[in-house]
Amino acid sequence: MLSPYRVIDLADDRGIFCGRVLADLGAEVVKVEPVAGDPARRIGPFFHDEPGVENSLFWQLYAANKKSLALDIASDTVREALRRLIASADFLIESFRPGYLDSLGLGYDDVRALNPTLVYVSITPFGQDGPYRDFAATDLTGSALSGFAYLTGDPDRPPLRVSVPQFWTLGGAAGAAGAMTAHAHRINTGRGQRVDVSCQQALTRTLSHAPQFWDMNEIILKRSGPFRPIGDGRNLRVNFECADGYVNYIQPGGATGGRAMAALCAWMDEHSEGHPLLSGTDFGAYGFGQLPDDVLDAMSETLEAFFRSRTKRHLSEEAIKRRVLLFPVNDPADVCSYPQLAARGFFRETEAPDGGTMTTLGPWVKSSERPLPLRRAPRLGEHTGEVLAGLGFSTDEIADLRVSGAAR
Amino acid sequence: MTEYSAKPFEGLRVLDFCWVVIGPMTTRYFSDFGAEVLRVESSLRPDVIRHGLPFAEGKPGVNRSGYWANYNSGKLGLGLNMADERARNLAFRLATEWADVVTENFTPGTMEKWGLGYDALRKHNPGLVMFSASMLGRGGPYDSQPGFGPVLTALSGHTNFTGWPDRVPVSPYGAYTDFLIPHIAFSAVCAALDHKRRTGQGQYLDLSQLEAALYFAGPPVLDYLANGRIQTRNGNHDPDMAPHAVYRCDGNDRWCAIACPTDAAWHALAQTIDRPDLADDATLATLDGRKQREAELDAAIEAWTITRSPDEAMQACQAVGVAAGAVRDCRDLFDDPQEAHRGHFVFMDHPEMGRYASDANCFQLSETAPDYRRSPLLGEHTEYVMRELLGMPESEYRALSDDGVFE
Repeated sequence: MLSPYRVIDLADDRGIFCGRVLADLGAEVVKVEPVAGDPARRIGPFFHDEPGVENSLFWQLYAANKKSLALDIASDTVREALRRLIASADFLIESFRPGYLDSLGLGYDDVRALNPTLVYVSITPFGQDGPYRDFAATDLTGSALSGFAYLTGDPDRPPLRVSVPQFWTLGGAAGAAGAMTAHAHRINTGRGQRVDVSCQQALTRTLSHAPQFWDMNEIILKRSGPFRPIGDGRNLRVNFECADGYVNYIQPGGATGGRAMAALCAWMDEHSEGHPLLSGTDFGAYGFGQLPDDVLDAMSETLEAFFRSRTKRHLSEEAIKRRVLLFPVNDPADVCSYPQLAARGFFRETEAPDGGTMTTLGPWVKSSERPLPLRRAPRLGEHTGEVLAGLGFSTDEIADLRVSGAAR
Repeated sequence: MTEYSAKPFEGLRVLDFCWVVIGPMTTRYFSDFGAEVLRVESSLRPDVIRHGLPFAEGKPGVNRSGYWANYNSGKLGLGLNMADERARNLAFRLATEWADVVTENFTPGTMEKWGLGYDALRKHNPGLVMFSASMLGRGGPYDSQPGFGPVLTALSGHTNFTGWPDRVPVSPYGAYTDFLIPHIAFSAVCAALDHKRRTGQGQYLDLSQLEAALYFAGPPVLDYLANGRIQTRNGNHDPDMAPHAVYRCDGNDRWCAIACPTDAAWHALAQTIDRPDLADDATLATLDGRKQREAELDAAIEAWTITRSPDEAMQACQAVGVAAGAVRDCRDLFDDPQEAHRGHFVFMDHPEMGRYASDANCFQLSETAPDYRRSPLLGEHTEYVMRELLGMPESEYRALSDDGVFE
């Protein structure tokens, strides 16, 4: 879909997903990385647990579909190469601390002079200016400042982040949205512009209606463990222990909730493990969170006992048949054996770092026009020669750059 | 900001059957940046989050939900009772004569049942870009399984990765994956529009929310596939950083997150918390050494934070380059100086709700200002759409209206 466009991807592990999204959509994404390799290549775990610049699974996932141009952007000897590269590009993505690229003469104002149609995407924790501009940040501290952590966790323990970092991945995704908006503007006007992403804002936007609870009703929502708050200080249990892990069961309101709960009650009654109060309640008559206290208590107790003696696979397969709104809390192994993903052919084989094959995630959207590409992540400097030759550098000039140590 | 020029999506027409969050948040990008987005609804079966808390002044009403308003600003409200064949015919006309883009996130089969599936529409509108975001994608054994956003975090692994290792996992708040996917979903629709602009060719985009969500929890899945390891939640610990936790501060339920990604950061932190003995302890100079005594270090840090406000602790750490973040609750967010600097909360005036807060986009453009406008009332623009966009005579509009076609 984006095949006419070239993206210069200077982003490290903190903005890496942005280029992946554009590459998936068909753009030519040239990842410009240090000759020693991008920092993302050093993030474990590694393929077959063997550390090495080609073996990071994080890199394998988020650099797929990209090309690698190994070039030391801070070196004076690559200025001409960078100048031509930027002139050839439609998008540039970067995630350095604000001001760093300006110090190299690659700030937005410098680059715009060279290529006024370029869309220049900066992905940083807090944006290019403001009081936190120069704050150090990690996924954890970003989860705190965005409001995410306060809403997440058990009430009697500290606020939490997700153990798989979200802050940067979300910022990268938002960068792609900003890039496409600026691209639409460029089509109308012929002019490029700068996209300035704040990861803090991107994570704040995941807080659902919680900020509006404060704005409209002056209510500060709090973390509530495996429960969901349903108003008036009451909670609905949503995550339950089962025989070999956990399952998720959320009782929705209205007709959907009525059908789901009737089916669950019938199932429990078949095994004489139901509760007369539940079987006698018309759940469809209640909106979400409006169940009476005695029904909530009976649900909690009866469902906990029923789920605890059964496995997540048994529970979730029966739930599908009976149209009960119960789902497994998948761990990575469960994800890989989830029947729907297999039936859609989501998991795909690509070339592994050792030359064999490895299984990875398939495209995240299906197009009726043409399937999205899926090429393994590039080896360090794999496309250096190809990209530089395309910019008009001779074989000798490319060799000189390599000898100087500024390219690989 | 330099100067504002033409809105990026001015002239683009989006017929939006999306509901709840993931779809409306995706299409809000188009309304924020100048497209005409018709939000198709029915008062007989309103979008469930029109009944979603919170309500302005705590009073329920289909036009009073702050939750709904946040994802539908700037759209036009069109009421169509899709149970009526005449309504379905009008929707078909809008999709084939008016729309550039049709979007929906119903259970697969719903649009087809109404005669609005992609195959039916493209015969009459070959350049159409149609976007569907179902829970689990089309095809496959579970494609018609009912469900809703919050359960996707269970399927994608996010739930399993949120919580303490000795306890039941807790899930991120709300329909979490609904807020991740719109950024890339919108990007895909834009790419399809660019393809259409250059080739004249439309297309259908089928997004499985589960598959897209896995990109936000992907590395542990690859770890299992490559190495057979089953990673799990680990509280706030991080394999590559120590100390790395959220520490109790002075006050009721007040906290500050502090993280040391490098040995130098640890050294600076130890000095800041007035523990030169720890700063000079050679056994703590490496990550491995600090991991072995992480609980002890956490106690030492908390002994320092407990007498300080989250902001005092954060500022003291940041002054020496140590990553720290005050834990903001939702009231704090409105006062957070950086969110305020970025204009994160946009306040709009609404005829029923009065002034309400909406979230701004998380990127700013140097030459393009978003056009944030209030969310529509249910069916507010039905007459405009029928009369102006479809050229319907007033008498016909009145007759259909009296028959409940626009309910």
